[in-house]
Amino acid sequence: MSGTTLHSSQTIASKDPAATGVFEADTKQVSGVILQKGFKPGWIAGFAIGFIILQLLLVSIAWLIAKGTGIWGLNVPVAWGFAIVNFVWWIGIGHAGTLISAILLLFRQEWRTSIARFSEAMTLFAVACAAIFPALHVGRPWFAYWLLPYPNTMAVWPQFRSPLLWDVFAVSTYASVSLGFWYVGLIPDFATMRDRAKNRPAQILYGIFSLGWIGSARHWRRYTDVYLLLAGLATPLVLSVHTIVSFDFAVSQVPGWHATIFPPYFVAGAIFSGFAMVLTLVIPVRACYGMKNFFTDWHLDCMAKVMLASGLVVAYGYVLEHFAAWYSEHPAEVFMLLNRMFGPYWWSYWSLMLCNIAIPQLLWIPWCRGNVYMLFFISIVINIGMWLERYVIVITSLHRDYLPGSWGMYYPTFWDWSMYIGTMGLFTVLLFIFLRILPMIAIFEMRELAHHKAKHEESH
Amino acid sequence: MSTPHDHHESVTAPEGKGTHGLLAEFVDSDALIHAAQTLTDKGYRKVEAYSSIPIEGLDEALNYRWSWVPPVVFCGGVTGATLGFTMQYVISAILYPLNIGGRPTNSWPLFIPVTFECTIFCAAWSGIIGMILMNGLPRLHHPLFSVPQFDRCSTDGYFIEVEAKDPLFDLNATRKLLEELHAKEVIHVPASA
Repeated sequence: MSGTTLHSSQTIASKDPAATGVFEADTKQVSGVILQKGFKPGWIAGFAIGFIILQLLLVSIAWLIAKGTGIWGLNVPVAWGFAIVNFVWWIGIGHAGTLISAILLLFRQEWRTSIARFSEAMTLFAVACAAIFPALHVGRPWFAYWLLPYPNTMAVWPQFRSPLLWDVFAVSTYASVSLGFWYVGLIPDFATMRDRAKNRPAQILYGIFSLGWIGSARHWRRYTDVYLLLAGLATPLVLSVHTIVSFDFAVSQVPGWHATIFPPYFVAGAIFSGFAMVLTLVIPVRACYGMKNFFTDWHLDCMAKVMLASGLVVAYGYVLEHFAAWYSEHPAEVFMLLNRMFGPYWWSYWSLMLCNIAIPQLLWIPWCRGNVYMLFFISIVINIGMWLERYVIVITSLHRDYLPGSWGMYYPTFWDWSMYIGTMGLFTVLLFIFLRILPMIAIFEMRELAHHKAKHEESH
Repeated sequence: MSTPHDHHESVTAPEGKGTHGLLAEFVDSDALIHAAQTLTDKGYRKVEAYSSIPIEGLDEALNYRWSWVPPVVFCGGVTGATLGFTMQYVISAILYPLNIGGRPTNSWPLFIPVTFECTIFCAAWSGIIGMILMNGLPRLHHPLFSVPQFDRCSTDGYFIEVEAKDPLFDLNATRKLLEELHAKEVIHVPASA
């Protein structure tokens, strides 16, 4: 740009998205969802359903605290029932959020931008649901803080050689770093909301959360530095979390658990289920909020492909589990495998194969990836399949191990189911609150993307 | 779009109020970088650019090259690793040694997962807190917030402020310079009461 050009012609010639109104349009569309007055009937209905289911969770927790874990179907030999199944399921779902926000950022996958905020929120809520289960599973949840290393009058300390304790550190680090990463991403958007809000309480609240963000170039520089570093830190973190969750199983001697394939196979399963959950949520949300220009069919297609790829890694994990059991020639391992396929829990095994291996193969067909109903259906199937996977791993391995004398069956009770379904209520409530008060799309990142694209076109 | 000369009257300092600086709005990011570069080239030091997005090259144009964020994150990580491992060593080998199948009390390979988590925790949070504090945040008020046009900075505005404490600052000369740099508008920023 030369200094001699006339000022007015510069104004007209500028292709900057700020000058052409793209920034304003994007910002208005996303912030408009939050800054409008009142509540839409659809939002109220969804929130109300979630709120009712949440009450089921609260009643279940209250009853559990009153009576103890005996109200669940747990007993020897299956002492890890729904609590662990649900814990692993929820935490796995959370992983897609970090994958989208951090790993895809490092790989410069531009399609992540519009879904990152939403899936990070999903991560946080899923981790909140997950954490409930082990905390209650300890039996006396009011002593759950004994898991932490702190000087105490009993002079006892945690056992750092146990993967269960690693889990405490992994999950709490994951929850806190995810929250921090999410909040950092929100700061510039809080500033936008502060400046666009019309009523005083909203201005004050968004203003406080924006920390007085002013958008200076030096601030942005430190901001982008820390954002990239956080992505770099969150990437190994998310891999470590599900690796450590898999150590809960793999470090033990139980047939069906003691396998070296577990860490990568658990991580792939987490990504698989997480992307399925993102699709399950994004498809209705984009229809209800008219966000199809942000969550485009192309985004759904990309997610479907990631799901297909991670699903194949999961399938490879299953194959290798079978191979290792057969190749080991260990009677207990071979029996475990046959028992899974043809024992009393055969139905869970074959439904798992159907849900996680057979049906997802439909994603090879471009039509299935382009049809939202089909994608929604497949994503639900994968959610169920990934829950069944943890059910198969936990229950079928424990219920018949080395000694036939100690075999037994596991039957979930009403309270097992009520607590599991109840956490879905908690998740729904948190999600609806999020949709109402926070921008579901990272607005400043959308502006940055538009700016980047405009610069790119200009240079050609 | 208005020409810069429409706005002479908005630049004169109102009676009885101090001056925090002069705020100029620009039409696009190229003009912003160009203006920032020219101002720093001319020797202005208390110049700050504001935008709704991070802009590549703007920090260099303002002579801001070195960010302390990466070293802070690194130090946080090293501290976390040291504290995490030391905690486990002290607890498992000194405070509460357990003999499990004759394994060494300092079974360091099993301490790696928690050491790793502590490293990430401290690195991430020192980065987050460090970024916020180095940016001088949280801050409840800033003189620019009293400029109504500045509200658009978080949506689509590109602004530069030359602060009055800059030795080269002169209400008229600086205003003229900003207008020559094709500022859309030059606004007087009053000092906070």
